[in-house]
Amino acid sequence: MLSHADTQALLLTLRLAAVTTAILLVLATPAAWWLARTRSRWQAPVSALVALPLVLPPTVLGFYLLVAMGPHGPVGALTTRLGLGLLPFTFGGLVVASVVYSLPFVVQPLQNAFAAVGQGQLDAAATLRAAPLDTFLNVVLPLARPGYLTAGVLGFAHTVGEFGVVLMIGGNIPGATRVASVQIYDHVEALEYAQAHGLAACLVVFSFVILLLLYGSRHVRAVRP
Amino acid sequence: MGNTAPAITAHLRRTWPGFALDAALDLPGHGITALFGASGSGKTTLLRAIAGLDRRTTGRLAVGGETWQDADRGVFVPAWRRPVGFVFQDADLFGHLDVRGNLAFGARRAGIADPDRRIDEVAARLGLEALLERRPGTLSGGERRRAAIARALLVEPRLLLMDEPLTGLDDRSRHEIMPWLEQLHHETRAPILYVSHALDEVARLADHLVVLEAGTVTASGPLVETLAALDRPPGLGEEAGVVLEAVLGERDATWHLARFDFAGGRLWLPDTGRPSGAAVRARILARDVSLALSPPAASSILNVLPGVVEDVAPDTHPALALVRVRVGPSCLVARVSRRSTAQLDLVAGREVWAQVKAAALVG
Repeated sequence: MLSHADTQALLLTLRLAAVTTAILLVLATPAAWWLARTRSRWQAPVSALVALPLVLPPTVLGFYLLVAMGPHGPVGALTTRLGLGLLPFTFGGLVVASVVYSLPFVVQPLQNAFAAVGQGQLDAAATLRAAPLDTFLNVVLPLARPGYLTAGVLGFAHTVGEFGVVLMIGGNIPGATRVASVQIYDHVEALEYAQAHGLAACLVVFSFVILLLLYGSRHVRAVRP
Repeated sequence: MGNTAPAITAHLRRTWPGFALDAALDLPGHGITALFGASGSGKTTLLRAIAGLDRRTTGRLAVGGETWQDADRGVFVPAWRRPVGFVFQDADLFGHLDVRGNLAFGARRAGIADPDRRIDEVAARLGLEALLERRPGTLSGGERRRAAIARALLVEPRLLLMDEPLTGLDDRSRHEIMPWLEQLHHETRAPILYVSHALDEVARLADHLVVLEAGTVTASGPLVETLAALDRPPGLGEEAGVVLEAVLGERDATWHLARFDFAGGRLWLPDTGRPSGAAVRARILARDVSLALSPPAASSILNVLPGVVEDVAPDTHPALALVRVRVGPSCLVARVSRRSTAQLDLVAGREVWAQVKAAALVG
């Protein structure tokens, strides 16, 4: 039922979401830790900045990213100087855009999880001879594990679902930037409703299973003593 | 016990808007020192400062000849390098580890010899054997405190810091933990700083007393002497009184009394079942001691002790005075009206009879 192009688009989508989520979990960890614990006056402006992709129309975000990564933009100038070429209309460009786009979905669950780790636990670890990094790895991370699960699932799912940003940054290049949502759009444009149905149904099932796993794991934790 | 140089010397400062801690202390390197004071007096702040948990503390701190911090020389040993054990008021066990994992956390990092064997030993000592595989969330308040005490002991600290380990527990849990604390007192060589706002705990456990008021130290010294000192009023109000250390003597089965032999006299107190020969303490509140110039001929009061007035000081209320009476080498403090001090001419050197209406055996 799925054509080769459909499968290719699906696999590309999963690859994009996986790479984006992996990068986000690494980048968001220090950011979320800082946001959760700092008393700096920069906390509020940085929080607002991180949350911006939640409220901006994806086209606005995509437009600015396109300009920034273009030949006359600061990111474009940097990537050109580094010999990476220009990012728009490449898979790398999509990854950068997806990282920005899905950032709040990963930072905020982590920030909440870190904030929920009491100062008492950190103090206790310190009086038990654990240096700060040791405390982070062996007390904070295990206690924040549910937050990582939520952050990973939301970041992944949100990247799978992106459309506007992809269209602005990536265009529609098969195998490089044509993700499932764009492929569905193309099918509909071409009035290929049956194929649009097939791909759309895949995304519905996939999204439902992801959310089921997320809420199921929460339910298990809540029921266990 | 006794004549060693102060093992803990500290002068620590920490200011916030509206509160300042400025505590200078010389404490012995053994036994239990109680940090006593009302809530907000800075006890916990001082304890956290000693543990190095508050980096904004300035001043000096040396323990056993080692400098842990000295603002003038820019020395600040971080908390995880200070050889302390800390028992937090709400235990603060790690929720993601079972009790054994909690005990092992510090034991492994402190590099103690044969940690697994030590964990089993300390767990046995604190009655935790059956709880080792349990998660903290499934423990009672008393069990959590015991696990927290075991966890702190297992780093083999050179200084044990305990922040109100009995506060917030019901009577049953308090009675469950108190014997462990007393045992600890006798078995642990490391000095213990014990924060409390409950004088009955202090009277039972402490050897040394530090009184904190509004962030400063208002009294510091051996427990028995400090409680009997009127010139440096520890500000105990209704709880003013003394602690006597003694040995239980003869027990009178007919009247259910036990004789309490202290240096300078004896008291008959309700028998609590402790065996003859046991070392005990009695706490005698100033309000339970009255004074007379001659021995009362017929009185319901069982315990009447001859003594000499040593000092008279104003009490919290202008109608009242505190009178310190020397009984042999020991002291009692009596709360009397100032009119009585005038009528009986209670001045230093006056011979009196102290009538002790009540005394509580504390441990």
